[in-house]
Amino acid sequence: MNTFTICRKELSSYFRSPIAYGVMFFFALIAGYFFYAAVAIFIRQSLQATMMGQSVPMSVDDWVIRSVLSNVAVVGLFMVPMITMRLFAEEKRTGTIELLITSPLRDMEIILGKWLAALSLYGAMLVLSLINVAILYMYGKPSWKPLLIGYLGLLLQGGCMLALGAFVSTCTKNQIVAAVAGFGLLLLLWVINWASSLDNTVLSRVLGYLSITDHFENFSKGVIDIKDTVFYLSIIIFGLFLTARALESIKWRA
Amino acid sequence: MIKVEGLTKRYARNVAVDHISFEVTKGQIVGFLGPNGAGKTTTMRMLTCFMPPTDGTAEVAGFDVVDKPMEVKKRIGYLPESPPVYPEMEVIEYLDFVGRIKGVDKSVLARRIDEVMEKCAVTDVRTKEIGKLSKGYRQRVGLAQAILHNPDVLILDEPTAGLDPHQIIETRDLIKNLAGDHTIILSTHILPEVEQTCERVIIIAKGKLVATDTVANLTSRLRGCETVAVQVAPLAETGDLTQFGQSVQRKLEQVLGVSRVMQKESREGRVEFTVESLQGRQIRPELARAVVESGWNLNELHAVGLSLEEIFLQLTASPKEVETATPEPAVVGEQQ
Repeated sequence: MNTFTICRKELSSYFRSPIAYGVMFFFALIAGYFFYAAVAIFIRQSLQATMMGQSVPMSVDDWVIRSVLSNVAVVGLFMVPMITMRLFAEEKRTGTIELLITSPLRDMEIILGKWLAALSLYGAMLVLSLINVAILYMYGKPSWKPLLIGYLGLLLQGGCMLALGAFVSTCTKNQIVAAVAGFGLLLLLWVINWASSLDNTVLSRVLGYLSITDHFENFSKGVIDIKDTVFYLSIIIFGLFLTARALESIKWRA
Repeated sequence: MIKVEGLTKRYARNVAVDHISFEVTKGQIVGFLGPNGAGKTTTMRMLTCFMPPTDGTAEVAGFDVVDKPMEVKKRIGYLPESPPVYPEMEVIEYLDFVGRIKGVDKSVLARRIDEVMEKCAVTDVRTKEIGKLSKGYRQRVGLAQAILHNPDVLILDEPTAGLDPHQIIETRDLIKNLAGDHTIILSTHILPEVEQTCERVIIIAKGKLVATDTVANLTSRLRGCETVAVQVAPLAETGDLTQFGQSVQRKLEQVLGVSRVMQKESREGRVEFTVESLQGRQIRPELARAVVESGWNLNELHAVGLSLEEIFLQLTASPKEVETATPEPAVVGEQQ
């Protein structure tokens, strides 16, 4: 119940500041551009294929949806720090964190409420990109299952990025610092698997496992792998746990 | 209602609060007095469960702040130094949010919000964004937030800081009206504020408890020796004020009970002095008589209040004397 109250308050502050609109506008713009590019490439490729006399039809699922999904995930990476930067940093700066901590609330209620609000905004952002997909349905019949799974993957991936972003926001009073550090951390987790392409040592395999992009691969193909789901869920829990510890440390240090 | 024993907060390099003990009984207003950095806010933050104490115990309404923080939080209303308001929210919306997280029953919340808005005189700005309100209004919204869930204990950290004189008077009256229903601790570094609003005072300096007593006792004890400002002018214009000043000074020094006379300045045909009395002496009538009988004009004569700095100097200069005057743990409100 308290979680819901906090969540509602956070959402209303998102939509009262330009942040929500800015994030959603640029996300829709960039996702729309990616979608256009993917469709354009698909059309050219399929025209060429027909001219060369290939009989196997090309799949919209593979060519458009998959590429759009992975591109949307990248745009999400840029949007997450802007969503999470103010979560705790702003409360620490204005002193309203004292109100929350001295109210009869459990820390987890505060954190979950804020994380859910951020996830809702992220979800609203993803819904905007569904407009593009709706256009596909107007002209064709892409199968909906991989699409659904793809968006589930996006939401899970967003959830764990948001949890880590929330943690970074707890560590500073400055929103800009929270945004920059959050982006740095997420980008690091994004590219951490590059090392695994170099060799096959244990270290590079571990780093490869930590990458938030690798685990999205299966989702974008329309496959729910329990391994990936567990990875995302555990990162979410880990991020929220770190946030809780950092929030607790405010009390000891402030 | 509040019971603090040996409360201590240590940071890596310094001790912010050092073994403070006091008690506050129900329905009292207690002033928490000290210069900046004395540990007022830290003590209040420990009482409100914002931070745990390093050592010692604190009980609010019978619940320990470390063992039963939830119960304590339900019974405490807290106004930090800067009101914890969300600038983008409307007043009524903010109070609704606070009511929900404080666990006010939903069936009475709307009525309760109306009540506290009335009490704190913010009804006329109920639908305004808090960020667009003046400092005085924001402070009152902060106060409304603190009393919304009708807590047993109110903890107010410098409730009048940054307000204009008119708003300060309003806020003090508001706080006085709240006493009785609530036990109130308010911190301040302004002495007159304590005199005007509080029944008891707890003085801390450098994290240590310096004194705790009723306001009347404390001020009379501290003002046992009187400081008086005197302004004297000769009947007729004289060219040599310096000589006139010296003769006045000699005259004043002869008055019974005067310990020290200092000449402050002489200008526009007048000479100003600061006169200090011996302990327990009322010297103002004698001073006036001495001046008038010498045939001079007495332009001004008034008692100068001790500033907080001077009080602290006095209190900290003779710690032994203070300790015998207030045995620890000092019980605030024992003579209720």
